[in-house]
Amino acid sequence: MSARGPALTERGAALEERGPGPVRVRLSVNGTEHTLDIEPRVSLLDALRERLDLTGAKKGCDQGTCGACTVWVDGRRVLACLTLAMTCEGREVTTVEGLAGEGELHEMQRAFIAEDAFQCGFCTPGQIMSAVALIEEGHAGNDAEIKEWMSGNICRCAAYPHIRAAIRAVRDRA
Amino acid sequence: MRPITYLRATDTATAVAAVSTDPTSDFLAGGTTEVDLLRQNVLNPRRLVDINDLPLTGIEGTPDGGLRIGALARMSDVAAAPVVRERFPLIAQALELGASAQLRNMASMGGNLLQRVRCSYFRDAESACNKREPGTGCSAIEGFSRGHAVLGTSEHCIATHPSDVAVALTALDTRVHTLGPNGERAYPVDDFFLLPGDSPHREHPLEHGELITGIEVPAMPLARHSLYLKVRDRESYEFALVSVALALSVMNGTIADVRMALGGVATKPWRARRAEDFLIGAATVRDNFALAARVEMADARPTPMNAFKVELAQRAIVRALDTLGDGTGPGAGSGSSP
Ligand SMILES: Cc1cc2nc3c(=O)[nH]c(=O)nc-3n(C[C@H](O)[C@H](O)[C@H](O)COP(=O)(O)OP(=O)(O)OC[C@H]3O[C@@H](n4cnc5c(N)ncnc54)[C@H](O)[C@@H]3O)c2cc1C
Ligand code: SF4
Ligand code: FES
Ligand code: FES
Repeated sequence: MSARGPALTERGAALEERGPGPVRVRLSVNGTEHTLDIEPRVSLLDALRERLDLTGAKKGCDQGTCGACTVWVDGRRVLACLTLAMTCEGREVTTVEGLAGEGELHEMQRAFIAEDAFQCGFCTPGQIMSAVALIEEGHAGNDAEIKEWMSGNICRCAAYPHIRAAIRAVRDRA
Repeated sequence: MRPITYLRATDTATAVAAVSTDPTSDFLAGGTTEVDLLRQNVLNPRRLVDINDLPLTGIEGTPDGGLRIGALARMSDVAAAPVVRERFPLIAQALELGASAQLRNMASMGGNLLQRVRCSYFRDAESACNKREPGTGCSAIEGFSRGHAVLGTSEHCIATHPSDVAVALTALDTRVHTLGPNGERAYPVDDFFLLPGDSPHREHPLEHGELITGIEVPAMPLARHSLYLKVRDRESYEFALVSVALALSVMNGTIADVRMALGGVATKPWRARRAEDFLIGAATVRDNFALAARVEMADARPTPMNAFKVELAQRAIVRALDTLGDGTGPGAGSGSSP
């Protein structure tokens, strides 16, 4: 999150203390502006799931140890459970729901289906958000590199070999 | 998680003023420690002052060969910076062997130095813990202590310092720059981390509201030949059981200069000065490496559960010296398996 834009709040308003009760927050998610009233303690994950009904990002651990909540903020993969929603004002949030184009799945989503890269599917949205970012970052060179740079996404069903196959398929198409 | 208020700071002076005048305010950077421990009720600030908009994200090489890194530079960006990889491979390796890609995108360098211990009794917000609630005792000493420290411990706390990059920075005589209510300061990294002694709740010398602004690594040509070796229970996304940051300069089979620090085994990032003193001028042979490792670990005070770390640390030190000592190229060898 190095390329941080100015806050949407007006100049000077940055010194304003907000909360602890619900405050008005503007979030841009998958290209759509949302206005919601939330307490400052609300995580991005809870804002997405409980308030915006975007339940793709999953809550596995709520403490940064599983990756099920992986989304992008300003194009970088991050953990929504350890991000406060308010810190995302003025940034662009992308969830798995924003990945597909007009009526067509993203190629990584198609590859996950083709390669059978999940069983229960709970970790899958996080895996896919990570996998697309991984290729973008240029860290999908070989299997060892994929393993290391996907290690932040745990899969209790151990679909790892199939997840790597899906990533390889997309990488080699690119 | 308790209710909090939120304030986004746009300049450093305002951020420092906001936190230093209010004992119940905390800085918020990447949030990977702060939000986690807020939710566990281990930290309980009333207000968070978001410092992510402060202009402290620079990563620059200095003309003389050193490095200046802003406190809000992200772990991932620092690790990827060509000047870091070229001049200080051990810093890039320590960063990339830590946490996960997502966490490294979030976590800042300043926050990394101030991350809290992973001791489960500290994190459960319930057990007796001198670090969390001074005077209540230490549950780990008689409890589950497999991951705990063997060096720098006290009868009041044996928690391991968890940071990887702090270990690399400790090997390199880094300085930590701050801005506090009383102006600017610079701390040698070795003075920045405190031993637990009888006040384990004091982990660093910062005043409340004193902001880390940056990290300065002095020029050190031998660091081009360096590595960070991390040994852990699983190969990735895991804290160190033992780690070794090493920079080595060898001339004609003799060690001309060396910097070494250990992670995972001590209550602070551990500069291995005894091993360094032993190694300078020594021939690069395995016996010397093993002796240096033994000298460094001589004062270890393990518990029955973490006694294995004393041997493991010695083997890791020897492995690191072997890897750099036999003429392997700069930055080579960052393995993670024991
Ligand atoms: C699952 C998991 C695995 C991890 N694995 C590793 C690992 O293997 N190796 C490793 O090294 N780390 C690891 N970490 C720790 C992680 O690197 C730290 O949590 C992170 O670096 C903290 O940085 P942050 O910007 O998120 O800090 P924050 O959480 O925002 O802040 C941390 C603390 O520092 C204070 N603070 C932040 N910035 C400043 C500043 N500039 N000046 C003064 N005070 C400040 C805050 O008030 C807070 O108390 C892991 C974390 C998690 C959750
Ligand atoms: S080792 Fe330190 S952090 Fe852990 S319980 Fe003891 S006092 Fe607390
Ligand atoms: S829910 Fe965020 S990492 Fe597990
Ligand atoms: S598919 Fe079940 S957790 Fe990954």
